[in-house]
Formats: sequence, structure tokens, C-alpha cells
Amino acid sequence: MIDPTTLILMILSAATPILFAALGELIVERAGVLNLGVEGMMIAGALAGFAAAHASGSPALGFAVAAVAGAALSMIFGLLTQFLLTNQVATGLALTLFGLGLTALFGKPYEGVKAPSMGPGIFGLNWVVWLGLLMVPLLWWFLNRTRAGLVLRGIGENHHAAHALGHKVRTVRLLAIAFGGAMAGIGGAYISIATVLQWTEGMTAGAGWIALALVVFAGWRAFGVLAGAWLFGGVAVLQLRLQAAGVAVPVQLLAMAPYLATIVALVLISARRRGSAAPGSLGQIFHETS
Amino acid sequence: MQRRTFLITSAAVSALSLAGLPALAQDGEKLKVGFIYVGPVGDGGWSYQHDQGRKAIEAEYGDRIETTFIESVPEGADAERALTQLALAGNKLIFATSFGFMDAVMATAAKFPDVKFEHATGYKRADNVSTYDARFYEGRAVMGTIAGRMTKSNKIGYIGSFPIPEVIQGINSSFIHAKKVNPDVEMKVVWAYSWFDPAKEADAAAALIAEGVDVILQHTDSTAPLAKAQEAGAIGFGQASDMAAFKPTPRVSSIIDNWAPYYIKRVGAVLDGTWESQGVWLGIGDGEVEIGEITDAVPAEVKAEAEALKDKIAKGEYHPFTGPLKKQDGSDWLAEGQTATDEELSQMNFYVEGITAEIPK
Amino acid sequence: MWRLETRSEASLAWQIATPVLAVIATMLTGALLFGLMGYDPVAAIRTIFWDPLFGASAGYSRPQLLVKAGPLILIACGLAVGFRAGIWNIGAEGQYIMGGIAGAAVALAAYPAEGWWIFPAMVVAGAFGGWVWGMIPAVLRNWFGASEILVSLMLVYVAQKIAAWMAFGPMRNPEGFGMPGSRNLGQYPSAANPEMFPGTGIHWGVIAAAFAVFGVWVLMSRHIRGLQIRAAGEAPRAARFAGVAPAALVSFCLGLSGALAGMAGLFEAAGPAGQITDGFGSGYGFTAIIVAFLGRLHPVGIVLAGLLMALTYIGGDIAQLMLQMPAATVQVFQGMLLFYLLGFDLLTRYRIRRRVTA
Repeated sequence: MIDPTTLILMILSAATPILFAALGELIVERAGVLNLGVEGMMIAGALAGFAAAHASGSPALGFAVAAVAGAALSMIFGLLTQFLLTNQVATGLALTLFGLGLTALFGKPYEGVKAPSMGPGIFGLNWVVWLGLLMVPLLWWFLNRTRAGLVLRGIGENHHAAHALGHKVRTVRLLAIAFGGAMAGIGGAYISIATVLQWTEGMTAGAGWIALALVVFAGWRAFGVLAGAWLFGGVAVLQLRLQAAGVAVPVQLLAMAPYLATIVALVLISARRRGSAAPGSLGQIFHETS
Repeated sequence: MQRRTFLITSAAVSALSLAGLPALAQDGEKLKVGFIYVGPVGDGGWSYQHDQGRKAIEAEYGDRIETTFIESVPEGADAERALTQLALAGNKLIFATSFGFMDAVMATAAKFPDVKFEHATGYKRADNVSTYDARFYEGRAVMGTIAGRMTKSNKIGYIGSFPIPEVIQGINSSFIHAKKVNPDVEMKVVWAYSWFDPAKEADAAAALIAEGVDVILQHTDSTAPLAKAQEAGAIGFGQASDMAAFKPTPRVSSIIDNWAPYYIKRVGAVLDGTWESQGVWLGIGDGEVEIGEITDAVPAEVKAEAEALKDKIAKGEYHPFTGPLKKQDGSDWLAEGQTATDEELSQMNFYVEGITAEIPK
Repeated sequence: MWRLETRSEASLAWQIATPVLAVIATMLTGALLFGLMGYDPVAAIRTIFWDPLFGASAGYSRPQLLVKAGPLILIACGLAVGFRAGIWNIGAEGQYIMGGIAGAAVALAAYPAEGWWIFPAMVVAGAFGGWVWGMIPAVLRNWFGASEILVSLMLVYVAQKIAAWMAFGPMRNPEGFGMPGSRNLGQYPSAANPEMFPGTGIHWGVIAAAFAVFGVWVLMSRHIRGLQIRAAGEAPRAARFAGVAPAALVSFCLGLSGALAGMAGLFEAAGPAGQITDGFGSGYGFTAIIVAFLGRLHPVGIVLAGLLMALTYIGGDIAQLMLQMPAATVQVFQGMLLFYLLGFDLLTRYRIRRRVTA
């Protein structure tokens, strides 16, 4: 029989990288920006965090550096889309390409070395997992209960109206993009520092794309992201867990399930709101005309 | 039909015209040797080990040869282009180091009859195309022996990449030899459907550990399963490369792909004009499958037993698939003393008796 | 302070000048990067941009430009139509995969029969497969208002899993020694899509791309539908009043781009790639989005952008080969090129003016 406690612990741990990255992207998208470069920022965090943790012996410092690296890379996207008004979809795709290449280049000296251990943590889960869980109510509170959150959502819904009200659309969006980069960086570093303990090229292996799906699944709500991370992480873990228990599972079909569920969720939210569920200005270029 | 025939003829003509292109001038008498890798040389596993082989031939032959490589070549159309460019650049011997390059190798080889191709793990050959592969299952027999002795829960786990014959051979070989030293052993199998996906490999290892497994064998290339094993106090083995960073435990030994001896031999054959097309499948005895250091985490008598098995396989005194063996469904496979043929092994699509898992269809 | 003033019409001079400027800027920054990494900067730039066209083995690499650019251009043409109308299909990768699978399915079902009808049937099936995959986001948007950006992206993942399932399951080559992947369609005469004229690199996919370029140009500049599309993109509300049904437009754009991407997938599966494998989608669909934008959503621009992307891929291979430059360096360089091209586009659409402080 499958023991539920270990299964839950496994899911919590497996969901952490995508939870961080998706929470970051949630803030970015709520500000009306679609950054498809999550994978690139995650891998940047994975490398920078690993390098710092390895050099200093401190995983905590590693995560801090990963956040900075993710934010720094996201600023390329920020400058291009906010100041040079480039298309966000194309710029995000280019950012992923750039991030993967850049890390492969600078990662050479770190191949084959090992990260310092994270320690046992609480209930077998390290502090980063708990931090990720803590971020969920925190971001919910920020989005729904603070004035800054209100401004951010307003900008995401209708940047022209927000601008007319005197809000600094570009500044807020840059901050959101930087936050998204930092969170993606931490998510990536979780893979290199806490999961694998080594650096290898391309090690995020598509986690950034899953994070993008998650935000949609969540209907752009913080607790929805948490539920989605558990669903996505859960399906991945459960499928392996069933295999280990000797149950023959249709792996590919099961792997599709979360994405199909995301589409269904999106349709339900959209139908209920009679219109697009996404933030109104998502992906649109904001050009300050006056 | 008419149109098709015309198309095919024109394709043949284009192949001929290509072959007539002047290859780049060669520097003196240097033999140029090219490689294409499916992953980056920094993958720490499959492509990395092939690149180690490339470095070994450089060290061996020095100024007499010159090597180049193209890494991260997707299988399919890009592979054919990379191979053609290597041939046009004057490489006279080209190693294509992934199964998925097979059709691209055959197509390119037809265009460049004077260039010799070596294709890893494939089954198609031509006058200028050789194939080579490693008997990883020999190494798995040694791992299985250690696993069977070391497990306390009597459950060992195997993280498979894809359900293909090479991996199924490894699972069977590990299980047969674990069972030989420990009749109570059970084998759990998890398929990652990837050669390299650290996060998923970690989850796969965690799933096995949750199932009570305390020895993990892996047929995927990242160190994530070892990291998980360390956390849980389980043990594992290095795969493809030595994964020495995880010594002395959880990594208690490793199975290393050592392509260097074969590459040195084949380059030498081209240099002295004796190269001929062949298909080889080399194992421990040829130095192609290496067993990494067995650490002190393994008791001395187990270590001695594993090494004795390794030596017997190396000398050809023992074949890991020797009867009596039954298939999973209980039907007879090999009679007492009978050994599996290479042909059977290269198409292996069944588990041996005693494994309870099912091969995904 | 500076401010940006929208140009009433994109400046033609700048349209031509900005890509050139961007490429020059990339070359300079790239030279710096290569220099820092210890490569001869001039040789590196020459290898990537010059050698594929005029180098020693250009006789081979020039046709390869068409092989590589063909699917990019074919897909990007379809995408550009939708993008002009403000309909964002970013799931071309999934439509490409499904087109390849649908087309290959026809071939594998017919195997080993030979017949003139097989290849045309595959093309139709490929287009249909892509069309279906494109119509799902269209229908969901029309009925429920679900964002086509996100639905089409999700369907990419689903298509990738289907490709893996096909390669290991229903389509696995029964004579393939248990290895994943379908039969090689290139070795099945009735289904193959080979090079048509010796040494040109031209296969049916390249010809289809040429037709698509011409067709999209006619559509956008001569056809009433093109006018509707442009109107919808520039002023959605006004277009609605003018009687353009957005639902029909959404279906048209997503269906068209899906069908073209599906055809690209089929031509690739039957030609250069040769088979359906678990990694059949190799990123053409995503790269085509970048190509569409680099080409300023104009058919002629897309042709040039597609060829430029192909050039950096092939030049990148040659740089690995001749200069032992790691693949990662090439990737960084490509990323930079895209950033510059996208960034410099600003000059086409806006005028930079000094802000007069009153």
C-alpha cells in the first residue's frame, strides 16, 4: 500500500521549484506582463545559486544569490519590453534561449562538484519548502489586502486607466518582472542545491514551462497556484510511486492530464466570468502617450 | 508512380554530385576524426564519456590526428547536416554517438564512400559504416551482486530511462545476480522516460525509497538519485560516469562507459589502413564497461565476491545470461548451461521470472 | 528626457535599416564576447555569417539554409496573419507535432502499399491534424472566452506527450529492434518527401513555404479578409462595428496557422526528419514565433528572418566544427541577436523625440 504521509512529503518537495517559479510569474502576469522566459531565469538561478553555495558552503547564501541572478536576467526582458516596447512573447522565448546558453557557458567549472548539504529540516522538509508555502498566503495578502497589490492588479487589468490615475505603470511592471525573476531563480536553485546537489547543463529540464501552465491553472490566484503545484507535482510523483508499487500506468497519458486539467480550469474560469480570465492587459505593450 | 521514380532518381543524382564536392584541403597527412554528440559534453554522462574517448585518442596519437566535435545535435535532419559538414571538412573517420543518428549516418555514408563511419548502439551497417555497443548488462551483473548483498529490506530499485532492450537487459541482469546471492530479493522498477531529467530522477528515487527500497540502480544520467539516496540513507551506483563526488556513500561503485580503448583501436586501424566495417559489442573484458572503485562502505567479502564475478565475466568464463532461466510468464527461456545469443539480447523485450513489474507497452 | 512618438506609418527606410543595424550591433557585441572567450573575433563572425554562404563547403550549406528555413517560414506565415489580427497562437509547436503525426499515420496505415495518392493524402492529413489542434483554442475562445495564448501553449505539452506515446506505442517500428520511433518514411517511396532537384535543398515543404509567402501576401494586401484582419488588429472595437465577426476571424486565423504548421510538421516527418520519434517537436514552432516578429509580420520580412535564423544555426554548427566553439556560445550569440533585432524594432515604429519641459 502507498503510505499517504510519505506521498504528501514527496509531493510537497517535488512541487517546490514550480511553486516558486509560478508564484513569481503570477505577480508578473497580474501586472499585465507575460514573460515566457521562466525556464531561462530558473536555470540562471540554478547555476548562480549552486556556484555560491559551493563556494561559500552555505545553501542559504546560494538561494540569495540565485534570486539576484534570476532578477538580473529578468531585467533584460524588463528593459526590452518596457523601454524598447518589444513583443513579450518573442522576447520571453529569446530570454529562455539566452539563459540556457549563458549558463551552459559559465557552468563548465562547476561540473562534477557537489553542493553542501541542506540539513534535515522540519518533518524531513528543508526550510525552502516551508518558505515556498509561506509565500502563498503572503502573496495572497499582498495582492488582495494591500494598496500596492491593488495598484499592481489595476495596472494588469487596464494599463491605460491605471496610467490615467497617475500610477507608474512601467516602474511597477519592472519591479514585478524582477520579483518574478528572483522567484524563478530560487525555484531553479532548489533543483541544483536541494534536489540534485550538482550542476549540469539544462538541468531544469522544462520546469519553467510547467510553471507557466500552473499560473493559468490557478486562474491567477495565489492559492490556486499552490493547488496547481500540488496537482502537477502530485501527478508526477504519484505516477512514479504507482510504478514503484508495481502498477502498470500509462505514463504518457497520465503526464498529459495536468495540462488537460489546466485547459478545463481555464475554460471554467473564463465561462464563469463571461470573458477572458486573464488580466486584461496581459501581454500587451504599454506605450505612454502623454 | 512516375513522379516518385523521378524524385528518387534525382535524389540519387544529388547524392552523387555531393560526393563530387571538393573536401577541404587536409593539413599534411593528419587524419581528421570527427564526433557528433546528442547532448552537451557537459552532461556529465553519456556525451561526456564519449568526449573522454575523443580526448584519449588525442593523447594516444598526438600530432598524427586532429579531432573535432559538434555537440547537442538533435536527432533527425540536423544530425545529417552535422555529419555532412564533418565529412566536407575533411574528416575521414566519424563517430556518431547516439542510436537516433542511425538513419542520418546511413544517408551520409552513402554520399561519402571514402569516409568511415562508426555508429554507437545502432544495427545498420554498410561497407563504410561500423557499429559498436557496450555490454552494459555485464556491469549490471556486478552491481546486482552488490545490491543483493547490501540490501537490508530485500528490496532493490531500478530507475529505467526508456523501455528499450538495452535497459531491459540491465534490469534482468541486475535482478538475476541479486537473486543469486539473496533469494528473497525483490526488484522495483520505475521508468523516467528520459535519459536526463534531474527533478524527475529525484522523484523516481524518492518513490522507490518510499516503497522500501534501500539500494537504487539507475539507468539515467544525473546524480539526482544519488542525492536522494544520501538523504534517505540508501545506497546507489554511479552511471555512465564515475560520479565520484558521491563517494564513499551513497555511491558504493559505478558502471562506467569507457569508449577510449575502442576509439584508440579504430583510429589506429584507419591510420595503418586496416579499418574494415564490423559490428562489435564489447564488455568488461575489452575495457569498454568499467566497474568504478567499490568503496569501503561495502564489506570486504562482498567486494571480493563482486570482483570475482567481474573477473570471470572479463575472462569470458561466465555469461550473465546463463540458464536455467525462465521468462517472467514462467515459460522456459534458457536451459541449464545455455547462454543467451546476442540476437536475442539485442531484441530483449521481456523480464525474467521473479520480477513482478510489467514492461510498459 | 526623451519620449517616444508613434509613427503614423512604419517608416520604410527604418524598416530596412533597423535589421541591418541590429545585425551589425550583434556582430560587434558578439565579437567582444568571442574575444573575451579567447576566440579570434573576426574569424568567429565570419564563420557564422559568411562561411555558410560563401565558405569552402557553401555548396552544401546554402541548400541547407532552405531546408532549415522552410518550416520556419511556412509556420511563421500562418502565425503572422493571426498576430496582425491580435490573435495570438503560440502553440504552433503543438500543431506542427500533430500535423506530423496525422500525416505519418496515413503513411503507416498504407504501408507497404505504393500509390500516387499516398503522399497527397498525407499532406491533407497533416494540414488537418494541425488545423484541429489550432481549432481547439479557437473554439474555446469563441465559446468561453478562454485565452487562445494559454490554451494553445498548453496544447503544445499535450502534443509532445502524444508524440512520445506514439513513438513508444502505436507507431513504434515493428522492425526496429524494440527501439522507439516509427518506420523511416524517407525509405518508403510513396510517402517520402525527398530533395526534388539535386543540390538545391528544395523539397515539398520549401515549395509549400513559397506558396504560403505568396498567398499570405495576397491575402493581406489584396483580399477583403486581409483588410478585416488588419482592422481587427489595429482597432478591435471599430472592426466589430464594421461588421467583422470576431468569432469567424478567430477561427480563420487559428485554423490557418494550425493547418500551415501541421503541413510543416508533415513535410518534416516525411522528409528531413524521416520519422516520428519521442522528440519529434524540435522547437520549430517556437522559433517560428520569433521569425514572425523579426519579419515584422510581413511575408517578405519573414522570408528574410527565416533565412537569417537558419544562417545562425548552420553557421553555429560550422563554428563548432572549425573553431571548436561550444554549442552554448552559439546559443548565447543567437539570444543576443534576437534581443538586438527585437529592441531595434523600436526605431521602426516610433520616433524618438526630446521631451520639451514646459
